[in-house]
Amino acid sequence: MKKNIDARHLLCPLPVIRLAETISTCQPKDEIEMLCNDPGVLQDIPAWCRVHGHRITAIEQNPLPIRITVLVA
Amino acid sequence: MLAAKLILEQGIVVEGLNFFTGFCVEGHTHAIRRQRAGRLKRNNALWVAEQLGIKLHIIDVVEEYKTVVLNPKHGYGAHLNPCLDCKVFMVKKAKNWMEQHGFDFIVTGEVVGQRPMSQRKETMPIVAKESGADDRLLRPLCAEHLPKTLPEREGWVDRSKLPGFSGRGRKPQIELAHSFGFKEYSQPAGGCCFLTNEHYTTKLLDLWNHKGKRDYELDDIMLLKVGRHLRPRPHFKMIIGREEGENNFLQGYRDRFTHCYPLSHKGPFALVAGEISEEDVALAAGVTARYSDAKAEERVEVHVAHLDGRSASSVVKPLLPEDILPSWYV
Ligand code: SF4
Repeated sequence: MKKNIDARHLLCPLPVIRLAETISTCQPKDEIEMLCNDPGVLQDIPAWCRVHGHRITAIEQNPLPIRITVLVA
Repeated sequence: MLAAKLILEQGIVVEGLNFFTGFCVEGHTHAIRRQRAGRLKRNNALWVAEQLGIKLHIIDVVEEYKTVVLNPKHGYGAHLNPCLDCKVFMVKKAKNWMEQHGFDFIVTGEVVGQRPMSQRKETMPIVAKESGADDRLLRPLCAEHLPKTLPEREGWVDRSKLPGFSGRGRKPQIELAHSFGFKEYSQPAGGCCFLTNEHYTTKLLDLWNHKGKRDYELDDIMLLKVGRHLRPRPHFKMIIGREEGENNFLQGYRDRFTHCYPLSHKGPFALVAGEISEEDVALAAGVTARYSDAKAEERVEVHVAHLDGRSASSVVKPLLPEDILPSWYV
């Protein structure tokens, strides 16, 4: 299943918190696409995914908003 | 970081908890300001978790934390930092998390005598008792100065392998960090919390005074971290972006505040908090022009948009430096 998170109005670490909340409702192999404006997510989301074992499959930053796709472990 | 590492070294599974109160320094301000673009915008707690190879759970406590900030039973530190109540709150949250997730005890990085308020020998039992964690709260960095906890009595943790740090000096901790091979050592000393910051708490007190009550929303406390704050008249305050990153952030609030920005020149985006009269509009425009690239010019066109949908552009003369009274700065 694919889910979307609009985190364009949120500053770090809130996008990470919203991602964690969404993942808690997901199944393995679900896909989440996030839209963000805070450049801090370029560090925080990949770092959080690394420690929890989820995989980033795409990051697009041009043009804004930043678009991050996460594959749930 | 060191406390968790010491417990990991004893073969125990550790996961990290990081509570987001809304007053956390890192993340937000670092991300907003482009001026700091050269700096790595990392979240320190996540960085520590990666160094240790553990999971980290970042937990949103913004709403619940209000009672801690607004009514701390044990009072404040040097500014509006309710450190002792804050620790009780966080350990209590950690205890609930521990019970829900099948963990056995809580580890914190406190050191007896390291901080004047919350890490005195007399106050450490208060955190254990009032949080309800009691003897399931272990401080591995200074365990030998405190009564034995459950994990030590049960033999899960060998106290003899823990250091007995005490006092304000951090040298032994830095040496221990090096012995673990940590090149960078992240140890918060209040610098991660805006409630210990005098400039920030002055703005928070100003907010409460002009609201007529001690209360806040997340947006209020976020905005206190951004821009120049000036109160030219008692009934309105201006938040003026200092650079592009802040201007972008403030523009996200354009639907919720009267706002001003120069049209004829490059300059700041400014929010106006409070009701303003026609006379105030000219003043707000003049202040905005003062912080534009055209501060030395005679004529700057400034656009002012009100919350009720009215908007107009006018040509104003930027205020002179001496027109901006020191008392306006919040
Ligand atoms: S400095 Fe630390 S303990 Fe004190 S109020 Fe802030 S987060 Fe809480």
